[in-house]
Amino acid sequence: MPDNLQLTPDGKLKHLLTLDGLPSRILTQILDTAETFMDVGERDVKKVPLLRGKAIFNLFFEPSTRTRTTFDIAAKRLSADVVTLNIAASAQSKGETMLDTVANLTAMHADMFIVRHSQSGAAHFIARHVAPHIAVVNAGDGRHAHPTQGLLDVFTIRRYKGAFHNLRVAIVGDILHSRVARSQIHALTTLGVPEVRVIAPRTLLPTAVEQMGVHVFHDMKAGLKDVDVVIMLRLQNERMKGALLPSSQEYFKQFGLTPEKLALARPDAIVMHPGPMNRGVEIDSEVADGAQSVILPQVTYGIAVRMAVMSMLMGPTA
Amino acid sequence: MNAPLPDVAGLLDQLAERIRPALTPDTALVGIHTGGAWVAEELHRRLKPMLPVGTLDISFYRDDFSRIGLHPEVKPSAIPFVVEDQAILLVDDVLHTGRTVRAAMNELFDYGRPASIKLAVLVDRGGHELPIRPDFCGLALEIDPRQNVQLRRNEQGLLTLTVV
Repeated sequence: MPDNLQLTPDGKLKHLLTLDGLPSRILTQILDTAETFMDVGERDVKKVPLLRGKAIFNLFFEPSTRTRTTFDIAAKRLSADVVTLNIAASAQSKGETMLDTVANLTAMHADMFIVRHSQSGAAHFIARHVAPHIAVVNAGDGRHAHPTQGLLDVFTIRRYKGAFHNLRVAIVGDILHSRVARSQIHALTTLGVPEVRVIAPRTLLPTAVEQMGVHVFHDMKAGLKDVDVVIMLRLQNERMKGALLPSSQEYFKQFGLTPEKLALARPDAIVMHPGPMNRGVEIDSEVADGAQSVILPQVTYGIAVRMAVMSMLMGPTA
Repeated sequence: MNAPLPDVAGLLDQLAERIRPALTPDTALVGIHTGGAWVAEELHRRLKPMLPVGTLDISFYRDDFSRIGLHPEVKPSAIPFVVEDQAILLVDDVLHTGRTVRAAMNELFDYGRPASIKLAVLVDRGGHELPIRPDFCGLALEIDPRQNVQLRRNEQGLLTLTVV
């Protein structure tokens, strides 16, 4: 769902809810700003005073470790006051509605909400109802979008490959349940990657996925040939309802990334994974820990990208 | 006021000569983006200190962030030496309120504790709002508060000063 909710009338970022419909100008500005924050992590004092006095609430209605922690670190490096609430385990279990939770936190002078929810559209819903000075960042909603993950993935690609206009990128695995894949596809196509491939069994592809501008493959041998970037997705066991796959062993045989399959890609191809990895299901340990893997740098870059998003959202538009 | 301002190359020569007697060979030059970085490069060519020029983009340290937001084109700061115990000559093109210099000093201290910081500016245009004064100055002016002094660089690298 493209959404004008996230841009101000003069075209600045107000909320970050989805990458669908965001112009490449904004995506590039986020990546360039993130680049400048990379240096901050190398200093004695790994903090800048930009968001001093701002209160940022991490609202995690669904469990997460990596995303929650990197948002937390990013907010702290910007000198914001950050409070993390694991709401699955608190007020909502006592029956409070999401909007009541948000209203209460607004009364505590919140400036920004980082929202993770298992239902698609949760961050949009909050953004539509918050006070006008509050910014909302979607940290993953259902199967819909995970914009900061998509951004950190294109940031990683730009760091290793320099540009987007000459790349072939393959996204492999459970596209159907993956909000990460959707955000990656929007970011890659907007930034001008000429060939985005998705490689998956038919049961793990959304209907009409071709309409997102991707090339569809059901076979790793054909799909990985000559790609510059391989993005592996986690096989989301906990989302899998019904028999979409015969077994995880069978899946690994067909779609798991092994050194032999990776050899079909370009010799300088990089391997990415948004985490958490299922070793031996979608990725072989030898690849995950190998020379072409940039999975851990992705995590580090996630901090700089989230700092960029938060600093662009705060300021006078707020 | 649109009086012609002096030639920048001549001003840089004068500024370099004022700095030279006080400059130890291990002093590091740090220019503030963007004009200050140009001036620091020019001073470095004239004074030839041992260390390479550092640059600071103070966008993350500005005191008016909540009023004007983040500058759309932030450049990375690059400090190619250890700041701890380092003698630093901070360089900017135009000193006005002093707020940029304050922000730059705050940023420098996040890299380490320098032994000393001195300030060199090409032009001190007056209108100070903080107790910050240059140690070395190419040209002191009193400019109408509504006007700005700008240092520009053309494609050939030629620097010029204008009042706008």
